[in-house]
Parts: sequence; structure tokens; C-alpha cells
Amino acid sequence: MNTRQMHIDPYERNWMIFSAVMLVLFAAAVSVAAFGMGIEVPAPEQRVDPRTVATDPNSPWSNPGLREVSPGKYDAYILARAVPQWEFLPKELTIPAGSSVSFYVTSPDVQHGFKIQNTNANFMVIPGQVSKLTIRFDEPGTYDFICTEYCGSGHGIMYGTITVTP
Amino acid sequence: MTQYQVSAGEKKFIGWHLLTAILALAVGSLFGPLQAFEHAGWDFYPYIKPLIKSYYQGLTVHGVLNALVWTTFFIMGFLTFNVIFGLKRPLKNLTLNKVGFWMMVAGVVAAAIPILANEATVLFTFYPPLKANWAFYVGLTLVVVGSWVEGWGLFMTYFDWRKENPNERSPFIAFASILTSLLWQICTLGVAVEILTMLLPWSLGLLETVDPQLARTYFWFTGHPLVYFWLLPAYISWYAMLPKQAGNGKMFSDSLARLSFWIFLVLSTPLGFHHQYVDPGVPPAWKFIHSLLTFGVFFPSMMTAFTVVASLEHAGRKQGGKGALAWILKLNWKDPSVAAQLLAGLLFFFGGIGGLANASYNVNLVLHNTAFVPGHFHLTVATGVTLSFMGISYWLLPYLTGKQLWKPKLAVAQSWIWFIGMIIFSNSMHVLGLLGAPRRVPLGLAPYVPAEWNSRLFQVGLGGAILFVSGALYLTVMLMTALNKETVKEEVQVPIAEAMQDPALTPLWLDRWAPWIYGTLALIVIVYGPQLVEQIANIALTSPGFRVW
Repeated sequence: MNTRQMHIDPYERNWMIFSAVMLVLFAAAVSVAAFGMGIEVPAPEQRVDPRTVATDPNSPWSNPGLREVSPGKYDAYILARAVPQWEFLPKELTIPAGSSVSFYVTSPDVQHGFKIQNTNANFMVIPGQVSKLTIRFDEPGTYDFICTEYCGSGHGIMYGTITVTP
Repeated sequence: MTQYQVSAGEKKFIGWHLLTAILALAVGSLFGPLQAFEHAGWDFYPYIKPLIKSYYQGLTVHGVLNALVWTTFFIMGFLTFNVIFGLKRPLKNLTLNKVGFWMMVAGVVAAAIPILANEATVLFTFYPPLKANWAFYVGLTLVVVGSWVEGWGLFMTYFDWRKENPNERSPFIAFASILTSLLWQICTLGVAVEILTMLLPWSLGLLETVDPQLARTYFWFTGHPLVYFWLLPAYISWYAMLPKQAGNGKMFSDSLARLSFWIFLVLSTPLGFHHQYVDPGVPPAWKFIHSLLTFGVFFPSMMTAFTVVASLEHAGRKQGGKGALAWILKLNWKDPSVAAQLLAGLLFFFGGIGGLANASYNVNLVLHNTAFVPGHFHLTVATGVTLSFMGISYWLLPYLTGKQLWKPKLAVAQSWIWFIGMIIFSNSMHVLGLLGAPRRVPLGLAPYVPAEWNSRLFQVGLGGAILFVSGALYLTVMLMTALNKETVKEEVQVPIAEAMQDPALTPLWLDRWAPWIYGTLALIVIVYGPQLVEQIANIALTSPGFRVW
């Protein structure tokens, strides 16, 4: 046998082809979900100074909360913080069913996470960065949003609630 | 049969690695069950408050000692053995390797002091602006640099061998160990830059503020290849040792084994953004490219699955095994080293599938930072890797010390107990994650836990209890073996599965380092370079440190 030629067993060759096809299929499925169905991941939105973001009167996070930008469309400015205590501001949001909400979340102190249960909203909250994701709420009910990154002793109690009214 | 004789001094040196690794595992594993019990509603942390202040301090100890210290020390010891035994020559400079080793030990001590003093409760990811005591960062640096120094000692030994044997194929275990060590040297640059340019000066007060997003990017440059640094030593054993132990089998293909290791080297670093899919500061296009490369690195894992199973089948049939699957029963399940590694491989297979879900770009939105993630890595690093390392130590310790393994049947039972405990623990963690339970939370105290999680939380505690029993058995077997008065009758034979095909027939391009290393570096530059440049150019040092634990 030529020493430069690699010996590949036919079974192994088939297995490698099978593996490659599987991976192409997975990549295709993910691409369709991302570009066809618009299930996207967070993109760079805006950078802020965490030392002033909660106090500067020009910063929307100095007065966090829900703003209706047009009928059925909301911007939610949320501050995730560990100091002086572990909490989301605001802790409670109420919106009518069918609303589309763009969440703008940032932190004035350490890293946090933001995950709205039973939705695709799940992202990191990093001081200096603004995380944005838009979610439509069609089903009435309550949705907890929880902190999903370790942020100190009170991490486990940090959560809030979105109430979707019929 | 005569085998290459590793010198007594080198055996002792490798033994020190094993001892340090097992001590770390012993302490770190005390806290695993405490975490699991807390989930089930049995919180023991209040009772140990004088010693350990919180759930998170315990979690930090568990993560640092089990995921970083146990693995790194075991791996450096095992790679050192493989290089010496594979090349059939002593280390070029044992003193240099000893310097590296003691740097690592000093690093562990330096990091352990602030951790135990509750001055570094930052978990094993130490994301800033959580700010630990400076000694923690110094300790991590020493561990990494010490492992580099040990790696350099291995490279020098290899260069000498190559000079004397210019036309031979490098022996597989030595080749794969050098490659693993090289992978480690490349990927740890990320965390080295993170600590040396930001975290260490910051913790010393020389720098007021840091950039948390850039720190995450540096961290995950190292963070994912780190898992291949854990995994490849287990693969070396599965490829080139386990088939021999399981029934005198041979390695199915030397060429493809090498090819898969090369692919791991090339692909394992430029995919770190798949840990940052939901980071606000990384553009989605780069996340997507890294997700495709992550799928790419799954390919050599599939090749490994084939080659390892085919080699085991060869062993099983040699022992008279028949049928499509019945040959599995003929493998040497009575050997604790075999049982441990077979069970580790089996669970690792499921861990790999779960990992594909994590890696799948937007699918990760459902799983990110949920209990699914620790569920996944307890199948991979805590079973695929850890249970394999336990299996390796069942022959390595008797080999190094000349002591008879204490109660091999108990050691077999230990592997099965780990297997069962991990199925219960990990399955419930995966399900909890899919239901939305976050990771890194004392769920027994969390106010938002719905009743439907309770049965799964109980299973987490149950699995943790079973794993604790298994871990205790492992430590007992190791301790009693080290103290055993009964010595082995003749030197333990190192299990080496020869390749079915003469390795001399392996193509030369699979034994050439330069093109693969250039390729690796080029891909890193292409796939990481632009984002690194952009993030560094736009660095925002705006975060002061916080101690909020």
C-alpha cells in the first residue's frame, strides 16, 4: 500500500458521511429558525456608563418602567441591580394581551441574567451594555422574570412578574 | 513481558499529581451533595456556617476544586506519563517539570486561602465586576503558568525524541498528549490576558475599573477549549488503552484517531462565542459563525465514537462475543478500570447530544443559564471525564506504587453507583432546565419555584446522595490501595492497544506539526481576530468592583 494514502474502513467512511450530513441538517435547522422565523439572539444595542446609568436624569433607567410607544407597543426599561439590594426595577409590569414589548435591560453594578419564563426571552445583563429583546405576549396570565446569572448572596431571590391581562 | 521502565523518580512525580488531584476531588466533592440536598429542601449550609458562609461559597469551592484543580492535576500527571512511556525515554529535564508542578501547587494554595476566607466567592467563572481578593487571581495565574512550564518540559522531551527518530511515526499516546498540552497552551492565552491586563491589577488597586463584556470574551476564549483539555486525556485512554483492557482489542484506526485529534486542535478554540450567544456586546453574525464551527468540532467526536466502539467490538469478538450487540457482555466488566470507562463513555454520549442543543444558536435561548447546563456538564466533565479518570487511576495507582488495588469488586461497584446516581441527578437537572429552572440558584430558597419542579428537585437530592456514596467509595479505595501492605506480584502492565494497521503506514501529514499549528492560529485570527480587535479598540473601563456576597 502507498504510505501516503490513508486507509479508511467502508463502515467508517459511511459513518463520517452520516455525521457530516447530520451536522449540515442541524446547521440548516438553526439557520431557518434564525433567518426564516426570526428567532434571533441579542445584538449590540447601546453602551452606557454603569456608574451613572441609574442616576443620570437623562438616562431612561433613572426612571425605569413601561412606556407605551404606540397602541399595543411598549418599551420596558428595566434595571437589574444587586446594590443596595437584589432586585429588578420595576418588579411588576402589567400589559394587555397582544402587546409587543421591547425590553431594554442594564445593570449599574454586577452581571445579571434576565429570563422570562415560558418565553424565548433569555439574555445576559452586563454592566456597560444594554440588552434588548422584543417579545409578544398573546396569552393572558402571569410570567415571572428571573435573574439567571450569579450576582451575589441575593441572586436566588431576584425576580419580577409580568401580568398579561385579557 | 517486559515494558519500558519509567524511573522511580518520575513515577513519584506523576504520583504527586495524582495525590493532589484526588485531595482536590475529596474536598470539592463534599460540597456537590450539599448543593443537591439544598435543591431537595434539605439545606445543611446553616449548620456549617462557622466554616462555610453560604451556598455560593460552597459552590465556588466545588467548581474550582472539581472542575479546575482535580482535572488539571490529573491531566498533567497523565500526559507526563504518556509522553515518558510512549516515547520510551525519560523527561528531558525533570527539574523543569517539577518547577511547573510546584508552581501549580502554590497557585492552588494561593487561591484556596481567599476562597476559604469567603473573600473570593465568585464561582469558577469569576465574572467581573465581582471582585475577589487578589490572591485568588495570583493563584489562578500560577496554576496556568505552572501547567505551561510542565508542558514545555513535555515539548522538549518530544523534540529530542524526534531528533533521534526523524522518520518514525510518533507513538499515539505521546502524540495525543503533546497535542493536548499544546491546545492548552494556546487556549489559556485568553484567561491569561484577562487576569494579567484587567483582573489582577484591578484587584491590587492599580486599576479602578474593568470592562465586563471584554472580560467575558477573554474568558470564553479559554472556557470552551478548556473542556477539550479535560476530554482529550479521557479520549487517549478510550482510544489507545481501554480496548486492550476490555479484551485484548486493538485500536481500529491509527490514522483516523490522529486526524480527529488534529481537528480538535484546530477547531476547539475558535468557537468560544457559543458561550456568549446571549451577550449583548457580541454581534449575532460572529455568534452564528462560532455556532457553525461548534457543529464542526462535533464531527471528530462522532469519529471518536465510531473508532472507540469499533475497537471495543474488536475486543469483545476476540473474547468470543457474538451478535450485533451481545459482544458488549464479553468485555471485561469485572475490571474496575474497564467498567468505569465504559460507563463514563456511555453517559458521555448523551452529554454530547445535550451539548449539541446548547450549541444550537437560538435553541440556546431556551436553555441558557438554566439547570440544563450543569446537567449537561455533569454528564461530560463530571462523568465522561471524571469517571474515566477514576477508571484510569484504578490501574495507574497500582502501577505507580506497586500496591495491589484494594477490593477491586468494590471499585467496580463504585463505578456503577456513580452511573446510577448520575443518571438520576443529571436527568432531573436537564428536565428542570427545560422547565425554566435557573442554574446557580439555591432553589430551596428561591421564591418563584412552582410546585411542578418539586419532584425533580427531590431527584436532584437523591442523585446527589448516591453520587456522594460513590465518591466516598472511590476515595476509600484509593486511600486503602495507597496504604495496602499487599504489593503487586509483578509490575502492572500498562494497557496499550496497538493499532490494527501498522502506524508506519499512517500518512506523514498526520504526524507533521507545523501545518496544523499554523492552520490553528490562522483560524483563530480569522474567527476571533476582528471581534477581539473591535472589543479591545472600544474598551470601556467603566465597572468598579463589587463584593456582594
